[in-house]
Amino acid sequence: MSIRDKAYIVGAYEHPTRKAPDKSVAQLHAESARGALEDAGLTLSDIDGYFCAGDAPGLGMLNMADYMGLTKLRHVDSTETGGCSYLIHVSHAAQAIAAGKCDVALVTLAGRPRSAGSSGLQPRNWGSDLPDVPFEAPFGSVTVNSYAMVAARHMYEFGTTAEQLAWVKVAASHHAQHNPHAMLRDVVTVEDVVNSPLVSTPLHRLDCCVVSDGGGALIIARPEIAKSLKRPLVKLLGAGEAVKGQLGGHVDLTYSAARFSGAAAFKEAGVTPQDIKYASIYDSFTITVIMQLEDLGFCKKGEGGKFVADGNLISGVGKLPFNTDGGGLCNNHPANRGGITKVIEAVRQLRGEAHPAVQVKNCDIALAHGTGGFLGSRHGSATLIMERN
Amino acid sequence: MTMMYQPNPIPAPAQEKGNEPFWDAAKLGKFLIKKCKACGQTHWYPRELCPFCMGDTEWIEASGKGTIYSLSVMQRGNPNPYCIAYVSLDEGVTMMTQIVDCDLEALKIGQKVKLVFKPSEGDGPPVPMFTPM
Repeated sequence: MSIRDKAYIVGAYEHPTRKAPDKSVAQLHAESARGALEDAGLTLSDIDGYFCAGDAPGLGMLNMADYMGLTKLRHVDSTETGGCSYLIHVSHAAQAIAAGKCDVALVTLAGRPRSAGSSGLQPRNWGSDLPDVPFEAPFGSVTVNSYAMVAARHMYEFGTTAEQLAWVKVAASHHAQHNPHAMLRDVVTVEDVVNSPLVSTPLHRLDCCVVSDGGGALIIARPEIAKSLKRPLVKLLGAGEAVKGQLGGHVDLTYSAARFSGAAAFKEAGVTPQDIKYASIYDSFTITVIMQLEDLGFCKKGEGGKFVADGNLISGVGKLPFNTDGGGLCNNHPANRGGITKVIEAVRQLRGEAHPAVQVKNCDIALAHGTGGFLGSRHGSATLIMERN
Repeated sequence: MTMMYQPNPIPAPAQEKGNEPFWDAAKLGKFLIKKCKACGQTHWYPRELCPFCMGDTEWIEASGKGTIYSLSVMQRGNPNPYCIAYVSLDEGVTMMTQIVDCDLEALKIGQKVKLVFKPSEGDGPPVPMFTPM
């Protein structure tokens, strides 16, 4: 069974806050859900499927369904693959709809890492009884140096330069200047990026995404329901998911699980990278984008640096407009998990509702891709391909 | 420019079930890795079941010699900069570690390194790190 043509994204909402010290995480989830329902033209009682991940408080699914008053659920899924969980949720929602397990699915994400002072510089506490932790935690393994080791190896293997990495941030900043909600709206240059302080070599401060409070929500529905609503139709064509770790000690930092999730999504959708008019690419760090573009097939392995250079990711300028909301690098990275905002901006593009300065002309097919966890140790990848009807 | 290694506090590794022999050996200056009794392959990090065939595994002593596969010098969030790295051991597996006792700015991927145990905080066991040969 395929999800192709079986489900539509009918509601999408990005919470406008970037700092919310006075709100609970549950409230941010609920406000995001309300926004997505209003966007879709649906109500609370229409929801019979619910998806959330590790950012949801308490027991997650149980606490959030109770808090929001989701009393008609007949399908639930709390798949947790870090920041790409929400792309997998969309795929799983489409599968559930295709199987008749639900009609209207809600996906929510929210968090307050900015208010809580949580960043990629400090170790996370994963608890005990984890066989990998004693062999990683003593060495100061944190988010940023995990990705930095991927960047260092990419430079060594393929000759990628700091300036090429910087172009990813430059392109994001060109888009963010048009987003009134973006945390960082100043256009930056390659020189600005490479002259910003080193955080973990070879990554500079401006190679890193923002830390923001916020949230987002999506509504996925069966075709008959989608066609009864008044919003432009965004149909799911294909999806893929994969995970990759340290391979028993045969560590290979030169590719990601996007190699597998992307291939599966393109196969199911029946399209190729050349058909994609707009791409949301997870941008936790600049290297994340280069790695994913290669593994998704937008360029050959090792040529990601050349691909992103000279503004090739800037809408209206380059061949592959990406992250036209400013992405995680400039706009928003709620809960330190950027997956849902990747889908939301792709939906805006397909609806023709992106900011006019960055709206891609004739945007009929778009891709959203997420990486969750740690690219340098163990991560998930999720790819969605969507079409405007 | 040079950036000579200066130690940070090393959090004591949690001694999880099944890994006690590794830390007991470390206290004696021995560096162990795991090998599968069924397929004969080595792996890292140590597990009771082989990640390649699910066979039972045993500890073997490793040479402590290897090559830097990748590295990053972390310059924020700690008292002193430190170099996290993946080192590919001569036994064929790659492990996360730190490179110590050297100029961190001079380190390069492909460089040969050797094991050095460093004490962890409190009563914690020594942890395996590496320094240039």
